[in-house]
Amino acid sequence: MRYAVRAAVGSLVAAACLLLLPAVAIAAGETLQGTLQNGGEPVEGVTITVTTADGDEVGEDETDEDGVFVIELPAPGEYTISLEEDTLPDEVAIREGRSASVTLPVAVGQERSVLFPLGKSTRVVQSDLDRLPQLALEGLIFGLIIALAAVGLSLIYGTTGLVNFAHGELVTLGALLAYFFNVLLGLQLVPAALLAVLAAAVLGGFQDRILWRPLRKKGTGLIAQLVVTIGLALFLRGLYLYLFGGSSRPYADYQLQNASAVGPVAITPKDAIAMLICVVILLGVAYVLLRTRIGKATRAVSDNPALAASSGIDVERVIATVWIAGAALAGLAGILLALGQQVSFQLGFQILLLVFAGVTLGGLGTAFGALVGSLVVGVFTQVSTLVIPPELKNAGALAILILILLVRPQGILGRAERVG
Amino acid sequence: MPADLTKADPAVPDRTKAGTPRKDAARQAFAGVEAVPGSAKPDPILVVDGVTRRFGGLTAVDVAHVEVQRGSITALIGPNGAGKSTFFNLLTGFDKPDVGTWTFNGASLSGVPSHKVARRGMVRTFQLTKALSRLTVMQNMLLGATGQKGENFLRAIFPMTWRAQEKANTLRAEELLVRFRLDAKRNDFAGTMSGGQRKLLEMARALMVGPEMVMLDEPMAGVNPALTQSLLTHVKSLREEGMTVLFVEHDMDMVRDISDWVLVMAQGKVIAEGPPEQIMANEAVIDAYLGGHHDAPLQDEEQAAPR
Amino acid sequence: MDWSLIFSNALAAMVGLETVVFALAAIGLNVHFGYTGLLNFGQAAFLAVAGYGLAISVANFGFSTGAGVVIGLTGAVVLALLLGAPTLRLRADYLAIVTIAAAEIVRLVFRSVSLAEYTGGSDGQGRFSEGFYSINPIAIGRYGLGPLDFDERQTWVLSVGWTLVGLSCLLVFLLMRSPWGRVLKAIREDEDAVRSLGKNVYFYKLQSLVLGGVLGCLAGFMTAWGNTVVQPDNFSTETTFYAYTIVILGGAARVLGPVVGAAIFWVLLSLTDNILNQAKNAGYISDAILTGFQVGQVRLMLVGLGLMLLMIFRPQGLLGDRRELALDAR
Repeated sequence: MRYAVRAAVGSLVAAACLLLLPAVAIAAGETLQGTLQNGGEPVEGVTITVTTADGDEVGEDETDEDGVFVIELPAPGEYTISLEEDTLPDEVAIREGRSASVTLPVAVGQERSVLFPLGKSTRVVQSDLDRLPQLALEGLIFGLIIALAAVGLSLIYGTTGLVNFAHGELVTLGALLAYFFNVLLGLQLVPAALLAVLAAAVLGGFQDRILWRPLRKKGTGLIAQLVVTIGLALFLRGLYLYLFGGSSRPYADYQLQNASAVGPVAITPKDAIAMLICVVILLGVAYVLLRTRIGKATRAVSDNPALAASSGIDVERVIATVWIAGAALAGLAGILLALGQQVSFQLGFQILLLVFAGVTLGGLGTAFGALVGSLVVGVFTQVSTLVIPPELKNAGALAILILILLVRPQGILGRAERVG
Repeated sequence: MPADLTKADPAVPDRTKAGTPRKDAARQAFAGVEAVPGSAKPDPILVVDGVTRRFGGLTAVDVAHVEVQRGSITALIGPNGAGKSTFFNLLTGFDKPDVGTWTFNGASLSGVPSHKVARRGMVRTFQLTKALSRLTVMQNMLLGATGQKGENFLRAIFPMTWRAQEKANTLRAEELLVRFRLDAKRNDFAGTMSGGQRKLLEMARALMVGPEMVMLDEPMAGVNPALTQSLLTHVKSLREEGMTVLFVEHDMDMVRDISDWVLVMAQGKVIAEGPPEQIMANEAVIDAYLGGHHDAPLQDEEQAAPR
Repeated sequence: MDWSLIFSNALAAMVGLETVVFALAAIGLNVHFGYTGLLNFGQAAFLAVAGYGLAISVANFGFSTGAGVVIGLTGAVVLALLLGAPTLRLRADYLAIVTIAAAEIVRLVFRSVSLAEYTGGSDGQGRFSEGFYSINPIAIGRYGLGPLDFDERQTWVLSVGWTLVGLSCLLVFLLMRSPWGRVLKAIREDEDAVRSLGKNVYFYKLQSLVLGGVLGCLAGFMTAWGNTVVQPDNFSTETTFYAYTIVILGGAARVLGPVVGAAIFWVLLSLTDNILNQAKNAGYISDAILTGFQVGQVRLMLVGLGLMLLMIFRPQGLLGDRRELALDAR
């Protein structure tokens, strides 16, 4: 899963990367090139060799003081590019699970970039205690992003009773729209993201207007509506795949950033800003829910729709607002998520279960519960990698969800239900 | 409340006072009972002690002591939010009290799950009727029968093990349907019936269990006036067959008409009990209903109140 | 456009392995969702546990196929009890969330690198189906009817599969017209009412979950043998969602609904795939609109759209009861 990749990138304090640098064009020939970096510092004096499929060496280079290497090739074709591990400095190594040599095709005239993900050398074993603050921080950021999506899901559930399995597609929608404005239309990412959130909000309101509201009017049962959300999710995922393709692609801005150390942790500017955005927005949502008319109306409808309606609240208007806000929040979550791990057609689907876990943990239908639950899920997911293999961290989070439900079915902040 | 219903006057003996052996017996049994909350009955089938249920800070039910006389029709009345339905849920195992014990036929029912409560002979109905919509009326009825062999997974596969019993149950269900005038609907989905018919079906279905005590939660709520009399007759007939009835009701006419004894709940407590005529004139009851500064007779207010 | 090829492919899809597998999975789901009203979103986990139980015990521990089947069945029963025992007392949505989470846990665990020694990681586990094919009584050769044409291995898999489908339907038929089935259907309508009539609702729901899980487990065996490999990503949440589509398409709470639903589902997908591909090859659809790779994506969209439209406009499915329709219209 892609966000696992993202977490892995962050989880190594001394993360080092061999980054792609579209170097100055070298006339007419094919080249393989790249930049070696260690925690933002270039890695100098590393030997890179290129061999043909037959094993003939056709080129060699040593990274310069900027960590850059460029190897010209005799012709298009398939080449194996290898990093001589002996020439790496002592504290740096190829990241665990990655290979020191890559075989890839080079097309006519292509300046092909090569990525060697580097990590801190495993020769220097990091203690769990050292990794804990960093993992907790990443968990917090992840949890905040989940919370953005979860609050919307929870509000929709609270006001309409709908369990929306297509909420992940709202998350993806935000990321895709931002990609459209940013990469395809060439807008800078910040205005592109603002436009995307706006568009997601409009489409969220539209979805309610043309689909859910008629179903509510028709009196379609909640379970039937739930199945409809599943169909919608499948449809939208197919549509996204059709439009966007199966690959993961980054935004045009803010891709290459170095983490700066803050106390015991390191954080990239974009992560710091994402965190700040999440906190501000979530505080804003809390303020709206607690202090404004529409917020109070929303909570009233969540509490008892019939009573709310009879006391003069326009329930349909509240629900429409919740859909618009929920879609905007989900869209924003998608944009922030994609900032860390690139845009893909199933970005939202991949975190859907964790969003559900957050909502359920907090207590179904309570917005603040969703917030707390999401943070628990986010932090637990990352910190659990201290104990369990990283590829099982989501399984761990879901297992915790099940366990907590067994002990406290109403969730962390939920109320015990009154029967009759 | 329909306007054309004549106001019952407690001073004039009405048609239901004409008396049946069971009714007279029930009245007789209450003769020596003191009309105070928690009074002892000569032959209680249900005895409740110190049952309390809280929701957060709200105490929904806080009943110190109550006894229900066997073979009687006892009404449980009280203003909205008095805790009547919660009390029903507690007694029948649909909710659990924070503290408290109660016995049915001398055996403790505390902590007994709802389905076992029913098997012991205390069967309830619900305020919002629970007709099983996509089952036919006959299937609804058959579901009530107890001790069915065919309800065991392994025997279910072999119809010869349960067919005879099913036939007997069907006959019994048929009789009940005739009695409740639902026999014409036997093969219709329960979901196609009117609210009143569903109430009738629910009551008939409860009888399929063969209960000793029937707990009716607002049997008249939402029932078309045309069916009210029929429902009343059926409730009275339960007593004639030797069953005990405890029912929650708002309709004072009905309470006066059919009940032998009345329990009044307010704010979770039983604040009064006694024979219906006496309860209607009870200051505490009027206070509970009307907020304590009203001297009009209860029935006038009740009738004026919009339904 | 080669219509005869399109139709013979469609016919093959109708009786093919995927129809068998999804019919079995959907028969199980129909017991859960259609008859009892249980929201099990983890049906894929039952298939996975059965498939992997069989594969691992045969491939890694050298058990016989029979023992592998017993282990797979036991796994499905245990899974049903683990999922159901704690959640069936809670509100319906909790079972939905717990089952979908559990299914994802099961898939991630089978996919995990740390267990790859046993599970083969994301590549899956093979080397277990020889026992199944060694008892194949069908002589080597090709078998078919009209445009259908299978070799002896396919014929064996499909014969076993359709026999299981037939037996499962018979079992469901017998159970659902018994008083036992009446209790399940009543629970679907209103479990409190059933409780008030003295039935142990929890115990019936647990039985239903186990029965449906065991039926789903048969689907797990068939997909394992049919493909001679079990792969974790064949048991994703989408598998469960497809099964739901099939149950609703055929008609929930109808004995043959899942079978009809599965056949139609795979025929429709086969038709879409083949027609789109042929239209592309014939130049009716340009690459700009649809590349060969995207045909599968159109199919995903169609499944989703179909599920939505069915649920909105014909929730009782193809075999639905007209009287129930009248109820829904109220």
